[in-house]
Amino acid sequence: MTLDKAKKGQILKILNIPDAKIRAQAIRFGISEGEMVTCSEVIPLGPIIIRKNNQEIALGRNLARQITVVSN
Amino acid sequence: MSKGSDFMELDIPPGVKKIVLAGNPNSGKSVLFNALTGMYVDVSNYPGTTLEISYGKYSDDAVIIDTPGVYGISSFNDEERTARDIILKADIVVNIINALHLERDLFLTQQIIDTGLPVIVALNMMDEAERQGLSINIDLLSSMLGVKVIPMVAIEKKGLEELKNNIFNASRGITTPGIEEKLQEMEKQTFSRGEALLILEGDPIIAQRNGVPPGKMQEEIYLKRRKHVNSIVDKVVKYNKSEEDFKTKLSSLMIRPYTGIPIFLLSMAVLYEVIGVFIAQTVVGFTEETIMQGYYQPFITELLSKWISINSPLWHILAGEFGFLTMPVIYLLGLLMPLVVGFYLMLSIFEDSGYLPRIAVLTDRILTSIGLNGRAVIPIILGFGCVTMATIVTRILGSDRERRIAIFLLGLTIPCSAQLGIIAGMLAGLGPPYVLLYILIIFSILASVGTLLNAALPGKSTDLIIDLPPLRFPRAGNVLKKTATKSLHFLLEAAPLFALGALIISVFQITGFLDLVQNLIKPITVGWLGLPKEATTAFIMGIIRRDFGAAGLMSLELDKIQSLVALVTITLFVPCIASIMMLFKERSKKEALVMWLSSLFIAFLAGGIISKLSKLTGEFLPVYYPIAAFFIVLMMVSFAVSRFKSRTEKFEEKLEGVGK
Repeated sequence: MTLDKAKKGQILKILNIPDAKIRAQAIRFGISEGEMVTCSEVIPLGPIIIRKNNQEIALGRNLARQITVVSN
Repeated sequence: MSKGSDFMELDIPPGVKKIVLAGNPNSGKSVLFNALTGMYVDVSNYPGTTLEISYGKYSDDAVIIDTPGVYGISSFNDEERTARDIILKADIVVNIINALHLERDLFLTQQIIDTGLPVIVALNMMDEAERQGLSINIDLLSSMLGVKVIPMVAIEKKGLEELKNNIFNASRGITTPGIEEKLQEMEKQTFSRGEALLILEGDPIIAQRNGVPPGKMQEEIYLKRRKHVNSIVDKVVKYNKSEEDFKTKLSSLMIRPYTGIPIFLLSMAVLYEVIGVFIAQTVVGFTEETIMQGYYQPFITELLSKWISINSPLWHILAGEFGFLTMPVIYLLGLLMPLVVGFYLMLSIFEDSGYLPRIAVLTDRILTSIGLNGRAVIPIILGFGCVTMATIVTRILGSDRERRIAIFLLGLTIPCSAQLGIIAGMLAGLGPPYVLLYILIIFSILASVGTLLNAALPGKSTDLIIDLPPLRFPRAGNVLKKTATKSLHFLLEAAPLFALGALIISVFQITGFLDLVQNLIKPITVGWLGLPKEATTAFIMGIIRRDFGAAGLMSLELDKIQSLVALVTITLFVPCIASIMMLFKERSKKEALVMWLSSLFIAFLAGGIISKLSKLTGEFLPVYYPIAAFFIVLMMVSFAVSRFKSRTEKFEEKLEGVGK
């Protein structure tokens, strides 16, 4: 599935981030392909927030739609 | 534009050691910088960018240079390019990292270590880490990185002495496994190992500087580094499970719409009380009227009258209504400066508390429909303070497309605080339906123009990707320092534009050009807008200062509809002369001119439509119904148009896909 379909509290594995620039930025934040993250908040129609340890990142919905994940 | 080899412009004598302070945003870098440098600090604008770089003396033969907070060094944005160039020329890098965010912060640490520069790590915020139940094995971290790590609480100067004693013991660390060979190969063709690394990582600017093609290994190196950093963190940090505490709860309340919107509105109300009421009325009343008009203006008048005869052209230019020595000085220092300081103060509090990125999350959805993302909420809020200031701040946006949309909407629809005060006063006199109508009209135009621009402009806007730092209480010293730097920066950037603007207007006035324009646009004011011909003067005044324009309307005898027409027109009408100048400075001349003329056109168009619509209904319906209906329909039509456009685009993409 894609990240925008994730539900709050789900543990997800990031499978694919298509945009190279976004991918590089995400790696710096600690979120690379293959990484496990928790979906900590889903804003209705808005951004998705994912958490890894103490690090929280908000991703715009449009961006989340392009990221493939699998839930655990 | 300079390409960054202008380090020497920072005025550092040769032979002096350059200790560069690097770190992520929110790592406590500025606090450490102040602790290390003491009193004497120089601030200079980094060439080719808008960034202020501070540097100060550390010892007789060493300086400390600050860098912008970044998550890594490459060419993603101005901050990174600047940080990259300063770091690459360092003799020693002091890397400050946030103990709470090792996973994120160590990426930059490892990248700097990979450049082969001598590094020492300041592990900051140890107190907060302990409170959150994190335990960090510092000796192990140090041996895995291969550089010295000093635990610190920078704000309390804990660990500062130890850091100072060890700065010159900074050493080369352990390179990310698996890249050494490639790095050494590239190093032979370049000036330094650091440049070699960035070339391998595909940095186009560094590659060009060295005359080699940029490498294609960014992702490979990034992933290896990420893996390496994660394995360090896994071994070094123990997370003792912390409970969902108050801050985490507050954080999620701030970003969920049902609770987030009320919290946002409440904080905007506080903002308005502080800026719109306290500063705009009480403080400005003192600075503008008492100090500037009470002392400064008479002083200039008296001084000049000794040399120049009153009413001569030179007098007009120097001390007349828009005089070079009077208007810009009084306006800038008496009126704008308190407002700008107030806004930057509030912004710094929002920023340091971690609330700002949460507002960006909350507003992201609505802003994407006008081609912006959540980040754009910052210049929009600032626009209510001063549009000139907000125009500068649009530089934080991710693409040129977004800047174009944001700058146009700022100039068109956002009334600045000076103007807002007067508009609010006049609207209050018209009664609640007119207040609502005014808000509806301006909002409808903002939404329609934004949606249509988003549909019409080529390209795509960037998506929101933002780090949510933990919420915390802002520290007063830090907030004040930030406010001072930003306000000073604004003053330096806006002052010449104001002076030039005043000069141009004075010349127009003396040459009779202003009268000519007044007569020229009379048909529009009287015929199309249905206003008395004196309103023309208010519009002309509005070009100079937005609040002048609004104030000019107060002295006119207007009925309710005329007032509404005039207020809407003056809001949408061109921004003040300094904003226009800033517009021309920030955008190409052609684009600025198009924006300027379009906002004029939209202002008169909207005003005229309201005036004509009000005459449609007789005694059966209150006049505001057709007006409200029109602007609601306008919004709906714009949304429909943009929907249709994006659908056709998707369809075309599909067709192309089939064709292949």
